[in-house]
Amino acid sequence: MTIKEIQEEIVDEFSMFDDWMQRYEYMIELGKSLPLIDEKYKVDENLIKGCQSKVWVHAVLEGDKLAFTADSDAIITKGIVAILIRAYSNQHPTDILDADTKFIDEIGLKEHLSPTRANGLVSMIKQLKMYAIAYQTQLD
Amino acid sequence: MKVVANKIPLDIEKIRLDFPILKRKVNGYPLVYLDNAATSQTPQQVIDVIVDYYSSYNANIHRGVHSLSQEATDKYETARKKIQQHFNVANSHEIIFTSGTTHGINLIANGFAQELQKGDEVVVSALEHHSNIVPWQMLCEKTGASLKVIPMNHEGELDMEAYQDLLSPNTKMVFVNHVSNALGTVNPIEEIIEAAHKVGAAVLVDGAQAAPHIKADLQALDVDFYVVSAHKMCGPTGVGILFGKEKWLNKLPPYQGGGEMIATVSFEKTTYAELPHKFEAGTPNICGGIAFGAALDYMNEVGFKNIATYEEQLLAYATKCLLEIEGVKIYGTSEEKTAVISFNIEGLHPYDIGTIVDKLGIAVRTGHHCAQPIMDFYNIPGTVRASFSFYNTFEEVDLFIAAIKKAKMMLQ
Repeated sequence: MTIKEIQEEIVDEFSMFDDWMQRYEYMIELGKSLPLIDEKYKVDENLIKGCQSKVWVHAVLEGDKLAFTADSDAIITKGIVAILIRAYSNQHPTDILDADTKFIDEIGLKEHLSPTRANGLVSMIKQLKMYAIAYQTQLD
Repeated sequence: MKVVANKIPLDIEKIRLDFPILKRKVNGYPLVYLDNAATSQTPQQVIDVIVDYYSSYNANIHRGVHSLSQEATDKYETARKKIQQHFNVANSHEIIFTSGTTHGINLIANGFAQELQKGDEVVVSALEHHSNIVPWQMLCEKTGASLKVIPMNHEGELDMEAYQDLLSPNTKMVFVNHVSNALGTVNPIEEIIEAAHKVGAAVLVDGAQAAPHIKADLQALDVDFYVVSAHKMCGPTGVGILFGKEKWLNKLPPYQGGGEMIATVSFEKTTYAELPHKFEAGTPNICGGIAFGAALDYMNEVGFKNIATYEEQLLAYATKCLLEIEGVKIYGTSEEKTAVISFNIEGLHPYDIGTIVDKLGIAVRTGHHCAQPIMDFYNIPGTVRASFSFYNTFEEVDLFIAAIKKAKMMLQ
């Protein structure tokens, strides 16, 4: 599936919920089901700056696709990371760089997109794209 | 549950009508504002003063011959006198208007650069806000003086025996907050000041968190410097004061150069203005200073004794209700504390709790509260901090507790 298709799928899932509480409960579930990052990658170099909670992201190139694993010490943040990883992992770096983040708004999490927001969703997206840039040059 | 309700010394419903913001809704729920230690809300009486300033007599102060300038100057200087009286300061020129507590601390840290040399020691407490750590670290780096830290115990109190041991003839300055912003502990500043003076050290007390709850008598305390921010005591942001003893303020060099702070200027030599203007370079926050005076009027009208009594009841009630929730751990359990509860729930991240309760209209603060050394001491990433003011109600405590329970249910 393309990033766009996955994003649409996520938007579809969230559209089933009537209120914020159900959305957050689902996000917490997603956070709990996020495949765990290998402990050895939970190091300062993989820590994303600008989050009130800790977020670690690790990237590896598998063929021409970039795969992410991640973790956070806060469960809501972990849910947000899980959503991002679902959309962006196992994709070509060029596609990751081209992808937009409108779907975050569409699933009712717009408030998390503010650059001043303490959870650093913006920082997370930036970090995923930074990895994409780095591995893109490797592929070239 | 509310056994104390009939003894409330204040008409809270009437007081709440003074604060327009308390009527608003957040995320569809009535706002329950429990972030008062970060900034307090503003009563209509203070808002009116701000509007009146810009509507009626906005002008630059001092040295203006025209009427508006004179009017603004009079009001600004009247505010300074109000602040002087409030803190029982001997002379109004010992009150320096600043942009807030951080500005006041930096002004003194900068001034003390010439007072310190290698081998001198500066003492700070383990309970400090970053704004009362970083300027002194910078000062020590610049002068070669060393920084000593008064340790804290598990209750969040300073170890006074260790403090006595840290003091020596090498100690030149002691910096401590009156009340800890992260935990609410009221520090024994009388004892701290007396002991410091015995070894000849000057003392700066950061009163930002104390001033909204405790009316400090600065002459009785014999403190050398005391700093506060208006926005924590019903005033506007961007204004505060530094109290300094006259002898110190005369001795220390000016912090910033500019208009207002000079007596005469030529390209050969500038002589500085008298106190307080020596430290008030440039056009100050005139409206803010006047509004700060109005905020003090408002709080004194409510009465600091009443405020203390009522907030103590709120704190006791909220603490009791919170501890009934399984897994809650409160940080800062001193007998002497203001209406601040810093806590965590076992297995949950403070950020998650803060996010969910915000959805329910409850404003609390989460994180390290700019006091990372305290969080390191407890080995936690941060806490949820609920800080109460005299306009909060027991019903709001109930809503807060219900929201915490809901967050716990969702997150576990």
